[in-house]
Amino acid sequence: MAETTELIQHIELYVDTSRSPTEQAASLNSIISLVKSDFLTIEVLVKEMRMYLTTTDNVIRARGVLLLAEVLTGLVSKPLDNATIHSLIGFFTDRLADWRALRGALVGCLALLRRKVNAGMVSTSDAKLVAQSYIESLQVQSLGQHDRKLCFELLECLLERHPNEIASLGETFFYGICQAMDGEKDPHCLMLTFPMVETLVRIYPDPSGSLASFCGDLFELLGSYFPIHFTHLKDEDAEVKRDDLSKALMSAFSSTPLFEPFVIPLLLEKLSSSLPLAKVDSLKYLNHCTAKYGADRMAKHAGAIWISLKDAISNSLEKPAMPFTSEPLYGLGFQENEIATEALMLLQKVTLQNEALFLSLINQDEGINIVFNSIASHEHYNNISLQGKQWLHAVGRILYIISKTSMASCNSVFESFFPRLMNTLEISVTNSSGDCTLNENSFPSKKFNFGALYLCVELIAACRDLIMRLKDLAPKPDTSQETCRYMLHMFADSLVNAFSSSLATNANEVAHGADIYFKVKGLQILATFPGDFLPISKFLFANILTILMSIILVDFNKILLWKLVLKALVHIGSFVDMYHESEKALGYMGAVVDKTVSLVSRDDFNVPFSLKLEAVSEIGASGRNHMLKIAQGMEEAIVAKLSDYVHGNLKSAEKTIQLLECYCNKILSWINETGGPEEVLLRFVINIWNCIESCKDFSIQVQEEELLDATMMAMKLATGSCSEESQNIIIHKAYSVISSSISIPFKESLDATSSIQLEELRVSEQIDKSSHRDGQMDKFSLRDEWILSLFASVIIAVRPKAQIANVKGILHLFMTTLLKGCVPAAQALGSVINKLGTKSNETANSNYCTLEEAVDMIFRTKLWNLNENGVLRTCGSGNGSKVGLTDLCLGFSSNKLLQVHAIVGLAWIGKGLLLLGHEKVKDVTKILLECLLSEGRIRAMELKQGLLENSYEQHTVMRSAADAFHILMSDSEVCLNRKFHAIARPLYKQRFFSTVMPILQSWIIKSDSSVCRSMLFRASAHLISNAPLIVILSEAKKLMPVLLDGLSLLSEDILDKDKLYSLLLVLSGILTDKNGQVAVIENAHILVNCLTRLIDYPHMMLVRETALQCLLATSELPYARIFPMRTQVLQAICKALDDPKRAVRQEAVRCRRAWLVL
Amino acid sequence: MVSELINANPVIYEKKERRVRSVPTAAVDEYAVEPIDQQEIFDILSLNLVSLVSKDIKDPEHPYSLEELKVITEDAIEVDDGRGYIRVTFTPTVEHCSMATVIGLCLRVKLLRSLPSRYKVDIRVAPGSHATEAAVNKQLNDKERVAAALENTSLLDMVDECISPSYE
Repeated sequence: MAETTELIQHIELYVDTSRSPTEQAASLNSIISLVKSDFLTIEVLVKEMRMYLTTTDNVIRARGVLLLAEVLTGLVSKPLDNATIHSLIGFFTDRLADWRALRGALVGCLALLRRKVNAGMVSTSDAKLVAQSYIESLQVQSLGQHDRKLCFELLECLLERHPNEIASLGETFFYGICQAMDGEKDPHCLMLTFPMVETLVRIYPDPSGSLASFCGDLFELLGSYFPIHFTHLKDEDAEVKRDDLSKALMSAFSSTPLFEPFVIPLLLEKLSSSLPLAKVDSLKYLNHCTAKYGADRMAKHAGAIWISLKDAISNSLEKPAMPFTSEPLYGLGFQENEIATEALMLLQKVTLQNEALFLSLINQDEGINIVFNSIASHEHYNNISLQGKQWLHAVGRILYIISKTSMASCNSVFESFFPRLMNTLEISVTNSSGDCTLNENSFPSKKFNFGALYLCVELIAACRDLIMRLKDLAPKPDTSQETCRYMLHMFADSLVNAFSSSLATNANEVAHGADIYFKVKGLQILATFPGDFLPISKFLFANILTILMSIILVDFNKILLWKLVLKALVHIGSFVDMYHESEKALGYMGAVVDKTVSLVSRDDFNVPFSLKLEAVSEIGASGRNHMLKIAQGMEEAIVAKLSDYVHGNLKSAEKTIQLLECYCNKILSWINETGGPEEVLLRFVINIWNCIESCKDFSIQVQEEELLDATMMAMKLATGSCSEESQNIIIHKAYSVISSSISIPFKESLDATSSIQLEELRVSEQIDKSSHRDGQMDKFSLRDEWILSLFASVIIAVRPKAQIANVKGILHLFMTTLLKGCVPAAQALGSVINKLGTKSNETANSNYCTLEEAVDMIFRTKLWNLNENGVLRTCGSGNGSKVGLTDLCLGFSSNKLLQVHAIVGLAWIGKGLLLLGHEKVKDVTKILLECLLSEGRIRAMELKQGLLENSYEQHTVMRSAADAFHILMSDSEVCLNRKFHAIARPLYKQRFFSTVMPILQSWIIKSDSSVCRSMLFRASAHLISNAPLIVILSEAKKLMPVLLDGLSLLSEDILDKDKLYSLLLVLSGILTDKNGQVAVIENAHILVNCLTRLIDYPHMMLVRETALQCLLATSELPYARIFPMRTQVLQAICKALDDPKRAVRQEAVRCRRAWLVL
Repeated sequence: MVSELINANPVIYEKKERRVRSVPTAAVDEYAVEPIDQQEIFDILSLNLVSLVSKDIKDPEHPYSLEELKVITEDAIEVDDGRGYIRVTFTPTVEHCSMATVIGLCLRVKLLRSLPSRYKVDIRVAPGSHATEAAVNKQLNDKERVAAALENTSLLDMVDECISPSYE
């Protein structure tokens, strides 16, 4: 009983229209769950609701019926017995006549009709009754949008589920449906009605039956929608796309061939309209319908379609024609819009369907004939009128598309047009097939007729495309008897000769781009015909390659020609490689690849070096074998140049750098992308090592830093791309070189606890020398530096799992060398530490070193002895206090340069640890902070001794300590990144930032020395500009003062401009964020001061521009806050209006406007 | 404001193909000077005056820009960056166009706000294109009268509205 009262409450609530929709939905849900869990049967529910279902109050009745219908919708999967369903559907069928309660009736019918078999379905007779009632009582078009949609859904459901019953209803129902759909305009409803037409056509398949007679009426209804065009686009229609609707209409159009007499004339008529949308749509529809209606029905429209297509293609060409560049073009380079593209697609389709008919149409076409007849007048590209060019383009494209369609059409086109073209070009049949050597005199200074040249190239291009397509078909069609093959065969030799000789002679005079373009294209196509179709002789092929290569070698001044030829060669190369034309491949390798390689290895060609490199990399990319050969050639060239360089030939340095860059950018990336053989990389690296090893004497005095950098980069990239096994080989090689030939000795195996006698480091003396503060620190010998840097590169790039021999010895070596300012050594140290992190569970061997041991060695062990006079010696010899890296950083030695180097080294080691998330980072940070604050301490000491001159050096130390934070936080290109297999823990930057930043901030407040403060600001600036923006935003309020002080600090030194810019970007990130803006309000005054200063920053345009953008963003702060600054800002911007850079001026105008209207 | 269209059916010209400025390469000289030129002035004037025409012709179906109506063309702008002199010649669409002074005032204010103060700006109606050419020229280049016009708040509001950027 309790349930009944509860039920009544729910029903009351739902029926009450004053309740909120959520409440109603809740009560509906609870009723559904009652029925679902069998507390309530449908019978009881209906009985309880009888009053609501039959009352004369329209509103309550409508709500009641809707409630019952919604309940049934919610019970789709609950099994119901047939009697219940019968009575329910009967009820709803009756209700269809009750227009006031229609919504519920529709929803109920739909819910019942959509039921699955296992849950009990509506019987066929009942469905028929629904359909009848639908036709008799529903005036669909007079209903609202949602009800109409429901009506169509109901209709769709009936048509799909009970097609036979519907069909038996006959004509009346058919007309009923037509009436319901007539005049529908809502896209959602149309999405339902269009497919319904298709279903209707399926249900009445009898072509002579009712459908045939109604087709006209049905189409009258459909035709008015074409083309689909939205006049008012509302947001609610956004989910129905024009394209979807258009596709639905298209399939409705093509649903039966019976529509053909109505559809095709309509489409052709719309095609001739001026609306581009209508044209495109007509073409698309025609394309679709052609396939559906069949060849017979389409045949009678062929003539009309051809004429419309021809017009569409030639009228839709957009001027101007594109200039001839090295990029491939369609036809004469007129931009083809969507209409032309669709038209050409359709042309291909109809030709394929009705070959003979269309071919005869084309052969007899007057327009085409006129073009061919007037072709003699198209001697030069420049002399052809715009219209003439358009016609030529259109004809070329049409012939191309038609010939490409099938072998028969290709034959036909060749038969009718090819001889005429050859005639115009004055090319005769080759009479002797054997003698194909290039005869320069056969075409003495003859100019080609451009029009004929163009059409001829289009034809052979089409023929080749066709052949290449047929080649891929499974049963390869026999092409030996085809006319086009025969014709091409006849003319091929003379064509090649003609093209190549005219290219060769033209090279001396100025030819138009179009001429060159088509000649090169022609040669390229002729060279890339499959051998079994057009057997071009070996000599001829070689001739083509020779001509093209000679242009590459000589005509580098004609950029267009050169680029086109290079492209053609690449095409030929990839064709040869892809289709295994072994004979041609051999010829190509000899004539092109070898010659290209010799371009870089030898200096006797005048081709500019950058072009040489372009040619090498492009041709290499045309095929695997070519690339291998090229890679080898490059490698040899690099090694040769390198050894040249080390023997004192300074001139080769620049070229070597270019070669190395090309190798890295093109060849290495090609190998990485295609998964090429890594032996190439291995060989490259080993060869460089061999080269370095064999050069015992570096006779060169001047160091080319760039060359060393480029070599290191190449070494890193090549090593980094290798597998572990190859890397092991590389490490072994490198190790053997460094241990045998470097003049700095290092311990083979260093026991961390005992100090072994070692001979004195030469380093120490040099450091000693440099303490005379002559500014120039003598480094170790050039050869040592090279070997050491390259060795460091290898170590930087190896994978974590690669085996490094004698880790401890190497660590020691790097530790020593980094003190001499060898940054790669420091980076390598960082990398080693970083990668040791994963090796924890490996079996220990004698060489093996754990991360802890390594860290211990770096931070604890006192490796060196410090004499009283600042001379550094390796531990064990001499007397004096023992020092380690940490001590050096903290300035135990009076040599400041040494301290700077130690700090930089420490920073890189710290970065390795930081990426790893090692706790030792804290110590590193502590040391660095200690250095930052060292001034105060030193100052006191100096005051005592009266040694103020030292303060400049002290500043450099502090500055390098501050910059160490940049090393720690920023992403480096040269080491410790993903490319070089560094291990990086996620969010390491956030973590580091949030630990160090508060310390820095508190010290900034405490610090009383201006230098100290500025260094602290500097360090904070590095932290802020490299931390993720989201972290900064969350603490923007606290960071703001530091950030602004950092900005003014960094703007003082021109060397810091990049850092200044990145910090400014952080600021602009804060300003453009909602939360960030709130944070800056308090500091608005300082902010504006700082930004107005930066507007004048002379050294970097981007800084000025960004500063103005920031000011623009500042203008959105609360009015009261910024209004006092208005005058100041406007004055500052006035200066920016006269900025030397345009971008800044534009930004200034925008910014000024924003502040003016405040 | 006028209640009926001054020129109901203006002739519309195709927009000229815009010269594309060569994009500065990566290795651009940081200290090189890019002088103010014709195109820059034209960009300042043409981009932001769209609303003037659409507002005053009061025809929402014809929202053409001054450029499309050929009121201003790039060739009609003379710039001498060294001497700080600019002369803009504009062509009203019809001879009796009462909007000519307003258009001219808008041009002047826009330039005033977008250029450094060292420039002297001359704004003129193209010879023969307006019935009261001399009067308009005099009015537009009279400092006092321009200043007075800008004191007039309703006029100033209108000008502000006209030259506000169209992308907002």
